[in-house]
Formats: sequence, C-alpha cells, structure tokens
Amino acid sequence: MLEKKKDYHAWLYLLIPLALLSLFTFFPLFKTILISFDNGYNKWQDAFSFAFSLDSYKAIFNYPPFLRTLWNTVLIVFISVPLSTIVALLIAVALNSIKPLQKIFQSIFFLPYVTNTIAIGMVFAVLFNLHTGLINGVLQLFGVEKLNWINSNDGFFMGSYFRRMFVLQLYLLWHTLAFKILVFIGGLQNISKQYYDAAKVDSAPKTRVFTKITVPLLSPLIAFILITSFIGAFKTYDAVIGIFGADWNKTADIQTIVGFVYQQLKTDSVDSYSKGAAAAVVLFVIILAFTAINLYVSKKRVHY
Amino acid sequence: MDIKLSNLTKIFKDSKGRETRAVDHFDTLIPNGKLIGLLGPSGCGKSTTLYMIAGLLTPTEGRIFFGDDDVTDLTPEKRGIGLVFQNYALYPHMTVRQNIMFPLENLKIEKEEAKIMTEDMARLVGIHELLDRKPAQLSGGQQQRVAIARALVKKPKVLLLDEPLSNLDARLRLQTREEIKRIQKETGITTIFVTHDQEEAMSISDEIVVMNFGLEQQKGEPQVVYDQPNNQFVAKFLGTPPIGLFNGTVKGNKLYIGESAILTNKILEKTQGEVIVGIRPEGYTPSESGALEISYSFIESIGRDISLVSNHPESLTPSFRLIVADTIKVTPNSMKFNVKKEKCFVFNKDNGERVL
Repeated sequence: MLEKKKDYHAWLYLLIPLALLSLFTFFPLFKTILISFDNGYNKWQDAFSFAFSLDSYKAIFNYPPFLRTLWNTVLIVFISVPLSTIVALLIAVALNSIKPLQKIFQSIFFLPYVTNTIAIGMVFAVLFNLHTGLINGVLQLFGVEKLNWINSNDGFFMGSYFRRMFVLQLYLLWHTLAFKILVFIGGLQNISKQYYDAAKVDSAPKTRVFTKITVPLLSPLIAFILITSFIGAFKTYDAVIGIFGADWNKTADIQTIVGFVYQQLKTDSVDSYSKGAAAAVVLFVIILAFTAINLYVSKKRVHY
Repeated sequence: MDIKLSNLTKIFKDSKGRETRAVDHFDTLIPNGKLIGLLGPSGCGKSTTLYMIAGLLTPTEGRIFFGDDDVTDLTPEKRGIGLVFQNYALYPHMTVRQNIMFPLENLKIEKEEAKIMTEDMARLVGIHELLDRKPAQLSGGQQQRVAIARALVKKPKVLLLDEPLSNLDARLRLQTREEIKRIQKETGITTIFVTHDQEEAMSISDEIVVMNFGLEQQKGEPQVVYDQPNNQFVAKFLGTPPIGLFNGTVKGNKLYIGESAILTNKILEKTQGEVIVGIRPEGYTPSESGALEISYSFIESIGRDISLVSNHPESLTPSFRLIVADTIKVTPNSMKFNVKKEKCFVFNKDNGERVL
C-alpha cells in the first residue's frame, strides 16, 4: 500500500520535468529525424509526404558548403581540444607548484570562462583588425607587413582562410582553457602529496613524475574533460559569429556544422529544412559515435 | 655507514608567524647496520627527524652526516635512502611489479636486470606471487611488504620506516615486526624506524632513542633504557602497564611514601625533601610485614600473572597497576608489599631528573 503511494508520488514529481523534456527535447529531436528522412517535407506548410528516403543526406553530402562546414568542424575538434587540454594541464601543474600569487593567477586564468563568448569574439576581431589591430601593430615592429586576419575569404591554405582558421583556433584555445585549468587544479590538489614525496625518494625525474604519476592519477578528470570538450567543440558556433560576424556570405568558408544548420533556417529554398535536419542528425550521429569511442578508450586507459 | 645528526633543529612557522620547535638541537649517532627505533609520544619530533634524514624536510639548523659525507643540502634522490611511508604511498595505478621497478627505471637500470632485481626483492619480502596485482587488491600487511620492497630494491644505504606497523591489526603487527627484523638482518642495512608504540620499539630495535619535545631523552639498548631510565619521562613512557608514580619525601637516607619508609640508600642523603618515586608494576613483593600498604579496586587476570588495579593516597594518578605472580594468595581490598630496590626510581620533583 505504502509502496504504491510512493510510486504515485514519484511520478507526480517527475511529471513536470518529463513534460518539459517531451515538449522541448524529445519532440524536436523526433521531428528533426523525421524531417531529415522525409522525401518531400514542405517547410512552408509543415507538411510531411511520409515517403522516406536518404535524399536529404545525399543532397548535403553533394553540397560543397556543407562539406566545408564539416571539414571546419573536424579541424576545430581535432586541433583545439587536444591542444587546449595539454596546455591547460601544463598550466595547472605549473600553477599548482607555485605558492605565492597562486590565487591571483587562478582568478586571471578563470576570467575567460565568466565573460561572454560574443563579446570576447569581438575583442579578438578588434585585436586582429587589418588596420588598427594590436597584432598587426606588433608584427609591423618586426617588419612583417599587415596581414588580413579576419575579413575576405579568398584562397585556401596559407591564404586568408588559413589566417582566419588560426584566429578561430587561438580564440577557442584561450576560451576553453579556463574551465579545464580549474578542473585540473582541483584534481591536482586532491592527489596525495605522499606520492610526490615517494617519487622524490625513488629518484624520479620531473618529466617522469608528470607522465608516470600526475597524468595517470589525473586520468579520470582528463577523460571527463576530453569527452565534454569534444562534444562542445563539435557544437562550436557562437565563436565564429563573435569573431567574423553573422553574415553567412562573409563567413561561409569558416562556418561550422551548427552554423550550416542555422543558415538553413534563413534561406528561401523549400528543401532547406530537410538539409538542415539531415545536417543536425549527421552531427548527432558523429557526436554519439565519437563519445562511444571515447568512453571505450578511456575504460582501458583510465585508472580509477 | 653511520648516520650522525648534529645540532639538528627544525622550526615550523604557521601563517601567523608563530613558531613551533619540532626538533630542538638534536644530536645523535646511529651506528652502521643497526635497527634503531625512534620512540616518543605524538608531536615529539620523531617523524620530522626522519623526514629530515630522508631529505624531504630541510633542517632550520644543524647538519646530517652519512658516514663522513655531509648530506644536509642533498635532495632526497641523491641521498641513497629507502623510505616506507606510514600509509605506504604505493602508486595506485601501477601493479606491484611496476611499483617495485619504478625506482630502478628512474636510475636507468637495464630492463632485464631490473626485472630480476624486482623478483629477487619480491621473494625476499614474500610477495612474489602477487607481482601482477594492484595495491588496492592487497591486504594491509601485503601493501606494507610491497612498500618495503620498493624502498629496498635500489639497494639504499639507509632504510627509513615511518610508523610502519600503525595501519596493521594486532596479529599482523606481531608478524610484520618479526618480518622487518628478519629483512633487516638479511640485508644488514642501517634502519631507522619511527614509532609511538614502546612495546614495538623495544621488541625489535637494537637500540632505541627516546624523544620528547624535540630532544633526545635517552638512547641505548631497550632493556638498559627500561632498567635505568634517565628521567621521569623515559620511566613513564616505557613499560606496560606503565610505572606507578608517587609523591615521596627523603629524610636522611630514607625514602618515604606517605608515612611508610620504603627504601634506605646513602645516595639519597644528597637530596632532601620532596621527590617523585616511580615503582615498576613488577617491583612489589607481597609481605605481611611489608612497608607499603596498597588497596586495590579490582583484580585483572592476565594469564600468567595477576594485575591489581590499585590506588594509594600519594599516587600521582587515580589508579596504577601492579603485577604479582598468580601463586600469591590475594587478600581482599588491600595488601602489604615490600618494594624491590632495582625497580624503584627516585626523580627530582622540579625537573624530573633521576636521583636514584
């Protein structure tokens, strides 16, 4: 009797979150998948043809702007995430080993986390401005002629695309460092000092202490940071808008998959929702597969 | 290789600038190949001393010598020591084999040779069938042996053990302390271990150093220190059950506890007036004409002997124990005793120094 009453109460408490989740998560997810497979979804009338095929997927994989955003996303994921994780780890270890001013440095490194992405993006845009930017100013001191970092989208490698990607990666590196450093410092402070004393007595050189003791003992946190950062990086969007602006025509070369999906909401063509939905599902599947691989690998490599 | 501590001092400062003298001008000589117990109550500076010998703490003052070499300014890795931590500090992510091999890899010893050394060491401490386990899969006693193996595998000149038995249960403790003694004998390595457990220290040490307030109180073979304590602290710290302490007075050459004259000795003539008298629990002989009448509240049978939980108006503690053979006929409530003179010590009331 009592058990049943409890059951009923539990469901009552779950009702509100379940209703909200259904409305804002499950329903859109389901509808997106449906749209992506539907053979002639009409976005103006929100009408399904209920004939299913892979046409939308074939369409986007034959559509160069999408392939470009896919490539950009992959570049962001595989450069900025490993790089920022390694840099954050080194900074955290360095911060953890100094005593004076540690709190102040910690605060400075944490600042990017609490500032607005778009605002910082605009600051980057100003820093890298062709005529008035600080970076070009400094480069000029060394005799390098002014470089166009932000605008124009001509050329590919070593052209302005390369420079734009460089600015974007630098921004992502800097912006994602803060949280990682914070997490790593917390983890480092949890490692018993005795392991380091033991390593000293065991004559371990500093690099070996780092690779054989610090990294393995921190590995659960490193895995956590890597998995969440990979997911976050796959969904990069606001950084691009912050630095390069929201005009698709000026940013198409540097945009990400999420940017492509957003763009499909704005165009006039009748099949844009189908393409956007297909792109969103592709992103979803990539993230799912990637996270599964991550979890599988970390199970073998992480020491809990 | 002898270890010499000369004028060793360690002062800790807290954030408010208050100073704590953990070790205070400590001098001692630890002879080569011996097993030495550093013994004292918690906070007496014994662990601090050990960590200074290891090089993990820097002395505020004084020097440390290994043989003729001054090692005070050397880092731990250059001192050639093995250290076993109180909770072993085994690397949790490495197997037993990797743990033991870790110091060898650091010293760039060839892999095949390191493997053989690891296995030999594992056999010596009796854990060779556990080499592929992780520390979390081992019992406390096994972890302890891995820690000793890791400390010894690089053939250090000195082995340091910080409270090596404190994490083990009573039975394992007995077994492990014999094990430590055996390993020390087999390797002949100079070994210093820290403990607050006097029984532990006395049972396995070649010599003990009793410390208090960062100072050496007495040093010597365990039995000698027990039989001839330098001062009231040492007498009180060694022995289970602990020594009974009484207010006493010296008049002429006689020692009184209350109204009872319990001893006569010429040496006492130099000390007149109030003193502290310490009598070991085993220092009483029952006698109908005994000088000292002691009442007791209850009797504990501890197997071979009988322990009487006693009280006396002049005792410094509410109760004390005395031990008599179980062949003695115990009369209810109180008995008269004579005091064995070799089990009775007289201390200066002001500074605790031994008078007799």
